[in-house]
Amino acid sequence: MRTALLIAAVLAMSPLAAMAEDAVRIIDPWARATILVSRPGVAYLTMESARDDQLLAVESPAADRVMIHAIENSDDVSRMVNLDALDLPAGERVALAPGGTHLMLMGLKKRLTEGGRFPLTLQFERVGAITVSVPVLGVGAGGPAEDTQ
Amino acid sequence: MTRTPAPQESGQATRTGEAVIRSEFTLTDHTGKRVTEAAFLGRWQLAFFGFTHCPDVCPTTLAYMARVLDMLGDTAERVAALFITVDPGRDTPEALAEYVSAFHPGLVGLTGSEADIAAAANAFRVFYERMEQDSAPDGYVMAHSGYIYLMTPDGQFETGFREGDQPPEEMARKIRDAMERYGE
Ligand SMILES: [Cu+2]
Repeated sequence: MRTALLIAAVLAMSPLAAMAEDAVRIIDPWARATILVSRPGVAYLTMESARDDQLLAVESPAADRVMIHAIENSDDVSRMVNLDALDLPAGERVALAPGGTHLMLMGLKKRLTEGGRFPLTLQFERVGAITVSVPVLGVGAGGPAEDTQ
Repeated sequence: MTRTPAPQESGQATRTGEAVIRSEFTLTDHTGKRVTEAAFLGRWQLAFFGFTHCPDVCPTTLAYMARVLDMLGDTAERVAALFITVDPGRDTPEALAEYVSAFHPGLVGLTGSEADIAAAANAFRVFYERMEQDSAPDGYVMAHSGYIYLMTPDGQFETGFREGDQPPEEMARKIRDAMERYGE
């Protein structure tokens, strides 16, 4: 009886597709314009998951390869370190922002120019793939909020 | 390469008997001209070490330095803003010219031989190192200090700033304060 009630409740809530999307929210994705064609690009965003999840991989048609990088600061020296996965604890906002964890876009097909957009697909362990459209802000941008000031 | 503690505000590092941080170098600027620190003496210097393949810390810091310069208004003429590469193998004067001009017309890019860069970094007591990384372009990235050094008109260390530590207005104000204390 209890199981039947639970199923009914779940079905009433939302279609399955929408549920998958709701389980991880991607907030304010953005990338910084690149200055030289041959230089790596960078993208930032904030994620919030209803359940414990993990970001496992990222890809984009705009780049050969997208890596999840963290910045380690020790003795005032910044080092980029490659992360195999990024933990998303339930209900916690995980922010990728300048000077910290970022998505590094290697082997750009073309320069990222201000005002442009490109798709980015994030692969999560539990909810699967989520694709977002990433706006390209200026070389000096600090984030989308700042950009609208 | 010498590893030094992070510079403290108000020039403590020069007073406590630690290794003296000073502006001293022979490098090539982004127009291809050989320059030494003498070219910038008489002006305050804001010096930052980085590399153009850096996607995150360097653009963030240079954009921040550009905002500080804008906020200094006319006073910015008394400041030489220097971006010294720690990746001279890839950062040619041409690459630097394109790079620094994207941030601010007043920014000067500086490069040189490996030895030139090592000597400059040693004078500024800046630590950097090459890190092999298979996935990186050309197979490596550079780790580097994130400080912006404010040097007096005679090339001595005044203080160090980090981008995330204060908004650009505050850093501009601190530079003006330093100029006043210095007696200009
Ligand atoms: Cu990176």
